[in-house]
Amino acid sequence: MVIKMNIEFNKSYSNYNYFLAENNLSIGDTVDVKTKETQYVGILMNRYESYDKNHIVLKLKNGYNIGIQIAKIQSIKKSDNLLKSGFQNKSFISNVSENLTLNQELPKVMLLSTGGTIASKIDYRTGAVTGLLSASDLYTSVPELKNYASVDTEVILNEYSENIEPFHWTLITNKIAEKINQNQYSGIIVSHGTDTMSYTAAALSFSLTNLPIPIILVGSQKSSDRPSSDAPTNLVGAITLATRLDYSGVFVSMHENLSDDVIACHLGTRVRKNHTSKRGAFESIDVSPIALVKDHEIQIKDFQSDFILNKRITDHGLQKNKLIAKPNFDPHVFLLKFYPGLDPKIIDNIQLLGYKILIIEGTGLGHVNKKFISHLKKSIDSGILVFMTSQCIWGKTRLTVYDTGRDLLSIGVIPLSNMLSETAVVKAMWLLANTEFKNIKTLMNVNYFNEISNITSIC
Amino acid sequence: MLTFKIFYGLLKMNLNLPDVKIKIGFEIHQQLDTKKKLFCDCYCVDANNLDSTFIRKLRPTQSELGFFDSTTIFESKKNRLIKYHFSPNSSCLVEADEEPPHDINSDALETALIISLALHSTIVDEIHVMRKIVIDGSNTSGFQRTMLIATGGYIEVNDNKIGIQTISLEEDASKIISDDGVFREYSLDRLGVPLIEIAVEPVTVSGKIEEIIKIATTIGQLLRASKRVSRGLGSIRQDVNISINDGNVVEVKGVQQLDQLFTMIKYEIFRQHGLMLISEKLKTIQKTHEIAIGSKIIDVHDIMNNSKSKVIKKIITSSGDCIFKAIRIDGFGGLLGFEPYPGIRLGKELGELVRFYGIGGIFHSDELPNYGITLQEVQMVRKRLDIITDEINAFILVGGPSEILDYVINAICERLSYALIGVPYETRAITVEGKTVFSRPRAGSARMYPETDIPPFQISPLLLESLYTKIPKTWNDIILSITQKYKINIQLAEQIFDSRYYQIFEKISDSTSIPPSFVASKLVEDITNLERQGFDSKLLTIDMIKDVFSRLELNEIAKESIPLIFEKIMKNDVAGVEDAIVVLGLKSLTETELNEVIDSIIQEYSDIIKSKGRDSFSLLMGRSMSKLRGKVDGQKVNNIIKQKLEQLVHNRSK
Ligand SMILES: [Zn+2]
Repeated sequence: MVIKMNIEFNKSYSNYNYFLAENNLSIGDTVDVKTKETQYVGILMNRYESYDKNHIVLKLKNGYNIGIQIAKIQSIKKSDNLLKSGFQNKSFISNVSENLTLNQELPKVMLLSTGGTIASKIDYRTGAVTGLLSASDLYTSVPELKNYASVDTEVILNEYSENIEPFHWTLITNKIAEKINQNQYSGIIVSHGTDTMSYTAAALSFSLTNLPIPIILVGSQKSSDRPSSDAPTNLVGAITLATRLDYSGVFVSMHENLSDDVIACHLGTRVRKNHTSKRGAFESIDVSPIALVKDHEIQIKDFQSDFILNKRITDHGLQKNKLIAKPNFDPHVFLLKFYPGLDPKIIDNIQLLGYKILIIEGTGLGHVNKKFISHLKKSIDSGILVFMTSQCIWGKTRLTVYDTGRDLLSIGVIPLSNMLSETAVVKAMWLLANTEFKNIKTLMNVNYFNEISNITSIC
Repeated sequence: MLTFKIFYGLLKMNLNLPDVKIKIGFEIHQQLDTKKKLFCDCYCVDANNLDSTFIRKLRPTQSELGFFDSTTIFESKKNRLIKYHFSPNSSCLVEADEEPPHDINSDALETALIISLALHSTIVDEIHVMRKIVIDGSNTSGFQRTMLIATGGYIEVNDNKIGIQTISLEEDASKIISDDGVFREYSLDRLGVPLIEIAVEPVTVSGKIEEIIKIATTIGQLLRASKRVSRGLGSIRQDVNISINDGNVVEVKGVQQLDQLFTMIKYEIFRQHGLMLISEKLKTIQKTHEIAIGSKIIDVHDIMNNSKSKVIKKIITSSGDCIFKAIRIDGFGGLLGFEPYPGIRLGKELGELVRFYGIGGIFHSDELPNYGITLQEVQMVRKRLDIITDEINAFILVGGPSEILDYVINAICERLSYALIGVPYETRAITVEGKTVFSRPRAGSARMYPETDIPPFQISPLLLESLYTKIPKTWNDIILSITQKYKINIQLAEQIFDSRYYQIFEKISDSTSIPPSFVASKLVEDITNLERQGFDSKLLTIDMIKDVFSRLELNEIAKESIPLIFEKIMKNDVAGVEDAIVVLGLKSLTETELNEVIDSIIQEYSDIIKSKGRDSFSLLMGRSMSKLRGKVDGQKVNNIIKQKLEQLVHNRSK
């Protein structure tokens, strides 16, 4: 069937699918296209919704995609020769999905998927990468996992990590508690987008106390649709940690640096994403990672003597009794980064917006401009809690060294040692939801899961 | 072992090419001469050093249509670790696949568009950057970024229009440094350099392969005429697609020199025809006997473990967890060792195939007993395979690590099933002698995936309009106009135009009275000579060259001094032109100074002049030049001495 393209094509199509429907064509059809200048044979592909509607996308026989301007098309018809068959080499495909027979002796791991680039592929709606692969797809694409653990998978969310909110932390907390109470897992892995992974790691560190087993958060900086993705190695590292790490608690398993051979295990409260795109973006702040995984072996690093790390409980029968889950978070916490020129009136407005706790990222040891003192005092006097962290990222706050610091102390600003500002926000949200307000002032400086390290690492 | 048998001179023998229909197509890959890389802002320069490294592992991924590409699967079975070497002067986080690609290099895009226009191709309305999945490690990302720029078009060669299929713009890959079976090592400096790929429509050659070379040369000249492409070894590579009698197309990769091309095509025609002759034999056998590949595959490691054969022992010791398997192949008796042409055998093809998996070779029944494998052992294998009729049923014996051996056997059976068809669809590599060897199954279109980090883009009609004025003239027109304008011969014109000194040549020739032929020969011949001696022409900048010739124009230095100055600079002995002149003592003398030097020499040898008269000229000339070389034009010294000597002799005779 040939459709003659006349004046019809000169109008702009508000809907690409409408254009296809009008011409009895659908995505995946092999078509012959004649334009003013030339002709093409190819498979009609989806067009990303965010791009203009004046082009169709064709995959040519050589595999290249091209866009053809609809206005230039003189005729378009379904082709007689189906290209699809030429797109594969059947004999080799059979080797791809090897039959999965798992050794029943292997330790069991639960892999909870929340979305993000560790489980993503191209999205034709936007043309960009999106989280679509399920956790079980992931398991198929990293076949060596079957040597280390018997993995159960469950998709609990499908969100980019920038869309994660405190109520998601609640959901994840409850899901982990549910899985731990099944008394069968050596460890639980949470696959998570990297952007806010450290916030979730901190949240779980507080919401799950007395964890009997390790909870490992894992992500990838390069989506798993790329041969070079860091997802498989991060995941293998996570599996190794989930099954063999001696400690319980919440940890993050990501590349140590740009090589694929070493995976670092970070404490959930002391980890930060410090680069937009590198594999080794995650760093432990003020401490070294607690362990490195190389060639499936765990090397425990020398960590500070004041760290509290519980040993994992290997007897599954004893696991569920210990766990305490306090899954709720109250988001009325504001994080303010001070900078030269910031108007102190912002402090009054924060209070007006209903926030109950203010975490400041001050300069250096924990300072703000002296003009802030009176505004902060007013807020504190009316019941807002104000805590001080440092925008330096590394190092402790210390308000006794300079006048400004001493003034801040005197009006009731509470320094948080070397707690990361992001961790402080999460901790405040958790305390706000789970304790009496009057106790928060003290509890913020009580060490729950090494969010404060009294001894800061020399290197 | 059959695969180690020496190939005896198919190419040296003067065999006539078989009477077959030969179809040849090309893909020309040419590096563009852009300052920066295609998708990042690194300069296209060699690495300073390769001390920094990182380690990666690549895995296969599905294509957009949900298929796995055969090449990718093949490669992943080897399960290699890759080590990349880099230097910050030539690579950044983008090459390390640690940062998303930047915007496309607009110079490179412009060049690709101009060349498309020059080849009368139709530029696509909207360009989609694709990922061509390549997981051998040559790309850190596991894919090469590539985009189709234009389709169709033609180039005129000897008044014939030769069709163009496609023109693409892509990233060059990393350079391989080594491969020890565990680590494959690459350097990152070349990764990301823009390349243009031009695919030429396959042409049927009527016995004359020379026509093909002419096409390649003409396209090469068109590219060079644009002055937008890199020169030098490795900057242009050709993949050649060859088929005979409309059989499967074989792609031969990495042809860098045209003379190699000629030998390779000839070899490949014999090889493909040989495979067709084997297939005909098989078809004849098929009429009376069953043909079955791998009708029985058995483990024979117990037999081989007791073998006294050194080759077998070597296989056992060199691969951990080694097993041996025998594959029964019905109907192939006599055909594995059969040579339709010298050195063309199915057995050899299989040997090349298994080497892809890191296995040294195979043994087959046509050549056994041999290599220390005894008749008794062969018979034990035959018996276990239930082979009764030796002349009809063959077997293959292969040994290697147990975890890959089944893949190898799969590949062997796959290859043998092609023996009935004739030529398999595969990618081959060219050897130094101009032969071809199997390198991998041919990559399918399934390895193309959209580059999600870069949105598709359209070429504005306005930009395209402006590019028409930049289409280069044809090579012949350019060279002709140079010979006419500068009165130099064709060879010199081609050399100077093709060199990186063409612009400065034009500038000097247009603005001074120095003969263009002299300028060109200094810039092409002298510099090339010095490069051959191992000196670095990059130290000699365009400004230095300009300086040298302007001093010549002002008679500050002599013509002879130019190569001496170039040499000093290229040796890195001096900081610049002035420095070179001082060090070499090349300052031109004034007329008075010159006369003083010559007068003092005449004075010194006055006795000899008295006795020998005019015959003392060569002595005087020699002495003078030893003091004046490089400072004064020799011809000038010659004239002055002649004149003075004549005067003396004349005066005396009075
Ligand atoms: Zn770069």
